[in-house]
Amino acid sequence: MFKTAEDLVQKAEQEDIKISEVMIRQEMKVHDRSREDIYNQMERNLDVMERAVNRGITESVRSVSGLTGGDGKKLHEYMMLNDTLSGNLTMDAVAKAMSTNEVNAAMGTICATPTAGAAGVVPGTLFAVKEKLNPSRDEMIRYLFVSGAFGFITANNASISGAAGGCQAEVGSATGMAAAAIVEMAGGTPRQSAQAMAMALKNMLGLVCDPVAGLVEVPCVKRNAFGASHALVAADLALAGIESRIPCDEVIDAMYRIGENMPTALKETGDGGLAATPTGNRYKKEIFGAGK
Amino acid sequence: MKYRSVFDIIGPVMIGPSSSHTAGAARIGLVARQLFRDQPEKVSFHLYGSFAKTYQGHGTDVALIGGILGFDTSDPRLTNAEEEAEKNELTYEFIIENEVSHHPNTVKIVMEKNGRSMSLVGISIGGGKVEIKELNGFELNLSGNHPAILVVHEDKYGAIASVAAVLAGKKINIGHMEVSRKEEGKDALMVIEVDQNVERETLEEISALHHITQVTKVHE
Repeated sequence: MFKTAEDLVQKAEQEDIKISEVMIRQEMKVHDRSREDIYNQMERNLDVMERAVNRGITESVRSVSGLTGGDGKKLHEYMMLNDTLSGNLTMDAVAKAMSTNEVNAAMGTICATPTAGAAGVVPGTLFAVKEKLNPSRDEMIRYLFVSGAFGFITANNASISGAAGGCQAEVGSATGMAAAAIVEMAGGTPRQSAQAMAMALKNMLGLVCDPVAGLVEVPCVKRNAFGASHALVAADLALAGIESRIPCDEVIDAMYRIGENMPTALKETGDGGLAATPTGNRYKKEIFGAGK
Repeated sequence: MKYRSVFDIIGPVMIGPSSSHTAGAARIGLVARQLFRDQPEKVSFHLYGSFAKTYQGHGTDVALIGGILGFDTSDPRLTNAEEEAEKNELTYEFIIENEVSHHPNTVKIVMEKNGRSMSLVGISIGGGKVEIKELNGFELNLSGNHPAILVVHEDKYGAIASVAAVLAGKKINIGHMEVSRKEEGKDALMVIEVDQNVERETLEEISALHHITQVTKVHE
């Protein structure tokens, strides 16, 4: 099994195959499964993502707490009527990322990528980039294998849990995963995928997990929105040939160490950061009552 | 390496809102039910760390109950698990523990039915992946990296060899194995992590063996 990003890139370069192919072959070998079987499972995940995106941009979903919902749809409608400043592809990714997380917050069905709290970034960017690159179904499935490959490295060398590493481990990881996958879909090299991951994650380092009232809503939905825009920027940087001075694996290691040093109040306890603001506390009281 | 499959990262398909606090909690509950091999009448959930702090917001409570009722991470009934519990005559309680546990997302589950009880400690390590650290006071290291079978058996000679022989007959390789007992000649527990998936018929064959009390599979 590949252990590091360097390992993954070298495997792809040596065999002259894509990152997605390295991930698929490893999955077949380690779990003794056929290519078709693995593909089918990933396609089912893709279908779940597509349904969540479509639900979020067309329905005004609402979470039980009432804190989130309807913004994905609102943004989708805005970009249909207006020439957006940051560009329609970016806003489309943002709207679709938010939609997914709004569906998640409403206890709808989603696919964790790599977690539920960070589930918007990968499908949000995928279904937006799809409009421009017109990928085949096969290429869309491969997008998820690239994301999975970089998530796999991050999960094994650092963490993908907000409780263990803060939001940098969740939305940060998802953003890097998506950036790497966009690069492959756009025709970039395996090494450029790793560069995109490195640059995307670098700029997410230190991001804390401070959910208001302990709910996966505020600021999670909007952090996924910005994660999606961020992934697109990182992919473009990498495709332009720009490189991260700090290698991908060292960025992942830095993320791990920062997570270890992060106070517990800022790791999914709902005790610090935005959760501990006067407004954050007020929401908590309104939702759970004064006793909690 | 804690994560071994691309589907640990891209997946699971689940009801929101949290992979560790909802999907992971449901999976721990489901494993608990599988190990108990029945639906308990009464269950207590002792919550530690982040689970204790944020369980209501993340739906950890309904997910744990749902798991005990046998619901998978993507089962829409998870959201109504409290009503489902009432229908299924399951009573439950949540106990907030202030002790520091070795992982921030830790739950101890104690199940009871007709005077029989079982307890286990599970942790949710991120992205929906879980590990079981303790079963009825037996310490385990069920990593969740591999498919695994747990075999409760009488502490008698030949029990281990007979289980290993069944697996060998099916060409299933044992990657890691632990045996623990609390008292000589009484109940003992084998935890067997294997490299291949174990079919239902293999489990049935093992449960039919002499000295074997209970067989449960964990993870696909």
